[in-house]
Amino acid sequence: MIALTDVTKAFGENRVLQGVNLSIARGESMVIIGGSGTGKSVLLKCVLGLVTPDSGQITLEGEDVSRAERDAFLARFGMLFQGAALFDSLRVWENVAFRLLRGRLKRPREAAREIAIEKLRRVGLGPQVADLYPAELSGGMQKRVGLARAIAAEPEVIFFDEPTTGLDPIMSGVINDLIREIVTEMGATAMTITHDMTSVRAIADRVAMLHGGLVRWTGTVQEMDATPDPYVQQFIHGRAEGPIPSVR
Amino acid sequence: MTAILDGSAGALAALGRPVLAVLAAVGRVAIFAATALGHLLRPPFYLREFGQAVLQIGWFSLPVVGLTAIFTGGALALQIYAGGSRFDAQAVVPQIVAIGMARELGPVLGGLMVAARVASSIAAEIGTMKVTEQIDALVTLSTNPFKYLVVPRLLAATLTVPVLVATGDAIGIMGGWLVGITRLDFNSATYLENTVQFLQAWDIGSGLVKGAVFGFLVALMGCYHGMTSGRGAQGVGAATKGAVVAASVLILAANYVLTELFFQA
Ligand SMILES: Nc1ncnc2c1ncn2[C@@H]1O[C@H](COP(=O)(O)OP(=O)(O)OP(=O)(O)O)[C@@H](O)[C@H]1O
Ligand SMILES: [Mg+2]
Repeated sequence: MIALTDVTKAFGENRVLQGVNLSIARGESMVIIGGSGTGKSVLLKCVLGLVTPDSGQITLEGEDVSRAERDAFLARFGMLFQGAALFDSLRVWENVAFRLLRGRLKRPREAAREIAIEKLRRVGLGPQVADLYPAELSGGMQKRVGLARAIAAEPEVIFFDEPTTGLDPIMSGVINDLIREIVTEMGATAMTITHDMTSVRAIADRVAMLHGGLVRWTGTVQEMDATPDPYVQQFIHGRAEGPIPSVR
Repeated sequence: MTAILDGSAGALAALGRPVLAVLAAVGRVAIFAATALGHLLRPPFYLREFGQAVLQIGWFSLPVVGLTAIFTGGALALQIYAGGSRFDAQAVVPQIVAIGMARELGPVLGGLMVAARVASSIAAEIGTMKVTEQIDALVTLSTNPFKYLVVPRLLAATLTVPVLVATGDAIGIMGGWLVGITRLDFNSATYLENTVQFLQAWDIGSGLVKGAVFGFLVALMGCYHGMTSGRGAQGVGAATKGAVVAASVLILAANYVLTELFFQA
């Protein structure tokens, strides 16, 4: 469904992506792992067109995303940002229902609010937070509101940038189940970045490891455990010694 | 000979670089403004955001603009009285206060106060949204940041600053009148009559047109610097400072140009 071919992106001297090749099938849950600062977030932003790649091609169902009609294209996507990126001038429920309050999906405020409260419940937040402002929430709560906003309009493709960082183990479990559910029940295609190996095992159909500006390895979770690749092994077991330097 | 040529080329280059930088900045701002105006004409329109901007830019600036005007009007009356008495022309206080407020001080000081209050807050707000990826989030939620953030603010400032200026004019003239009847010995009724009979519609109208231009410039600088803010708290700080400085200087420059246009001898 989504295919990246030889995608490169540099910020000045910093060559972050150096020819990334990756493809994600419809209805698949792809998890991207890789060291901090290797360009995972930049990769997602390239697909969404928030960052323009220097070269290479990104296609959605065979169509080049840079040539697609932006509104129609983005209407199919949901994105959870690493820092949640909630609008701090809007209440929590208005954040979640953002798409439902304007544009093509516009509906009455009461109806939008009800949907927002239902989505908040799915990420483990009660209706009492709906009328608060994002600044009044803890980091983990903000993250979950961001998640609720990403799934509110039931998009076909959802990107999650570190959905469980900052959450307690129970909440992480709830979120992992939710992501799995969205993929299996709603048939959505998901691309998730995470450092949490429990999450990887819970949500991944396939795993891709980004290192040195390239997709170093891809495979299923079973293949990940079995692979002799020293980079993957060092990463999944969290060893300080190995081919990936600990100062970078 | 070549040494002299090299030297002068170096000097020219040194001179040319900042000029080019300024021209490039002007170009970027012009493109930004043209993009914003293009979005102004095409739906969707965000009425709720426009209403909030009117409240933020217009309504909440009233106290600041009113206080500025009343003190300025009062001081103006004292100065004109003192200056006028040197050639026995103290009686012109009402007329000069009125024309000074309506044509110059109302729009310019009102514009500068709005620049301090509004350009900074717009730049800080939009800059923070940029830095915390809220602008990116807007895009992924199929909302154009120009339409959602820039257009409502530009429109609100262009429409409300003239109203602020009109209010400032009235309060400033009242400041002059207060000082006139309490500190200088003017008769209240005569003072007001002189003011009303002397002022022409264009004295006030030109000030309101200036106000609209200044309002546009303030919001444009706030939005431009916010949207182009650098990364981190430092980037937002620099954007805020840049917005206030640019808006203030542009207001004073535009004021001169408009005054030439409207009142050239
Ligand atoms: N807008 C930008 N301008 C300049 N450099 C950037 C920008 N965005 C990202 N970078 C750089 O790109 C590199 C990769 O950043 P990215 O955020 O993708 O890392 P990441 O893999 O998501 O890391 P983490 O796991 O810590 O979130 C970093 O070195 C970062 O400094
Ligand atoms: Mg990241």
